[in-house]
Amino acid sequence: MTDRNEGYDEWIDALSEGAGYALVCPEGHGSLPPRRVCPECGASPLSEEPLPETGTVETYTVVHVPSPRFADDAPYVTAVARFGPIRLTGIVRGVDGDLEGVGDGDPVEVGTAVEAGVGERETDDGRIVVLRPVET
Amino acid sequence: MTEVRVAGVGLTRFGSHPERTGRDLFAEAADRAFADAGVERDDVGELNYGNFMGALAEHQGHQAPLMAEAAAVRCPATRYESACASAGVAVREAVRTVRSGEADVVLAGGMERMTNLDTEGATEGLAIAADDLFEVRAGVTFPGAYALMARAYFEAHGGDREDLAHVASKNHENALPNEYAQFRTAVSVEEALDSPPVAEPLHLYDACPITDGASALVLVSEEYAAENDVDAPVAVTGTGQGTDRMALADRADLASTPAAADAATAAYDDAGVGPADVDVAEVHDCFTIAEVLAVESLGFAEPGEGIAAARDGLTTADGDLPVNLSGGLKAKGHPVGATGGSQIAELTRLLRGDHPNSEHVPDADVGVAHNAGGTVASAVVHVLEVAE
Repeated sequence: MTDRNEGYDEWIDALSEGAGYALVCPEGHGSLPPRRVCPECGASPLSEEPLPETGTVETYTVVHVPSPRFADDAPYVTAVARFGPIRLTGIVRGVDGDLEGVGDGDPVEVGTAVEAGVGERETDDGRIVVLRPVET
Repeated sequence: MTEVRVAGVGLTRFGSHPERTGRDLFAEAADRAFADAGVERDDVGELNYGNFMGALAEHQGHQAPLMAEAAAVRCPATRYESACASAGVAVREAVRTVRSGEADVVLAGGMERMTNLDTEGATEGLAIAADDLFEVRAGVTFPGAYALMARAYFEAHGGDREDLAHVASKNHENALPNEYAQFRTAVSVEEALDSPPVAEPLHLYDACPITDGASALVLVSEEYAAENDVDAPVAVTGTGQGTDRMALADRADLASTPAAADAATAAYDDAGVGPADVDVAEVHDCFTIAEVLAVESLGFAEPGEGIAAARDGLTTADGDLPVNLSGGLKAKGHPVGATGGSQIAELTRLLRGDHPNSEHVPDADVGVAHNAGGTVASAVVHVLEVAE
């Protein structure tokens, strides 16, 4: 039994060190690992290109009814943000991890600039992609 | 190519039956389908069975032989899994099997047992239809995924929660006379708006319930029906399927469902009809926003205009194109692996004239069923027509 997922684990390790990347094919399509060919066009090779420092929230939701892995995290905000050739789905946290005011004066809006990193679930310490609003 | 006829349909009452086994639920639906069809079980050449989360809910894999036993058929039996579109793909393969001449009679449908799990367990079970690495680990639940689509839709096209509440209210109204529906209670627009949030902007009454239930269809060739004097006035004339990127974040657009549009185009072409020919539709409204996206993907409304279809009366029982006269997933219930079969069962009865809501579509000749998996990474569309 292993919890490791080759490709994904290296990717989230890199993201946690501020070195997040997208896989980019010769045609310029972005994707996330593990990939052998571009899922859009089948081209290869895929190169690891650094993610832009900030992304833009395209949509988000405030989740009130969680799955068991997020039982102690709810309510929480999940957002989808554009980072160059890809989008990332992550949990939105304030600069200090504070969720105060969620759902009533949300900490993000569509268009909010965010940076991507890695945090832990409150429920079971599992690693998660975290999106933090940044001053622009 | 032979024409495929719906000889018989069978459903369990949809609802909360936490102590009933999956095998018992499917046996009941199959029993009803055989009684409705007047077809001998010995004539069944294949069983196509849809189920999504039986391994989690009942600790039961390899369900197809179990369900063949439950239905008392002895033939090749296969389980199909495409999340909430599991029965849709099972039916589609049944249509293709009959058309190919491989079998004259196919039993198709599905079953899901869900309420034996608690809400957290069911939420976890449904979430596995999303990308585990990049979505579920980021807190995406099934309602959460559709909430992300709803917010993106509002941003792109406008609309608000009140528009969605009209979808909920309409479908609850439609379910009132349906003896198979889980909720036969009216819900006003105000009540829908006032319900607690699940994943904002979606609230409790934007969401379908957790449901146990089963569906079964006896599909036969036109020749079999004629030779055996089987009364089967409704034909499946079109079938189509579409696939999109698994994760919502990897889609070109977060506010539309091109897999369903692809499936619809294929099904319309197959049947030789277009959206303007459709008289009645059953669509996959697992959440109110899903009905909006379905109405647009099926070509009943332009992108950005589907949001107003229920509010403006286009899709109400008395509208030009009634959608979800069964009550839809929203009020009739959503036993995931059974839903695609149940939509065709409802549509068949609506077209035959023996559905409690047939009075709203007395002259209907063409019906469409739209069944979606995940956040519409999978979609199946069928066209049904009155053949006799």
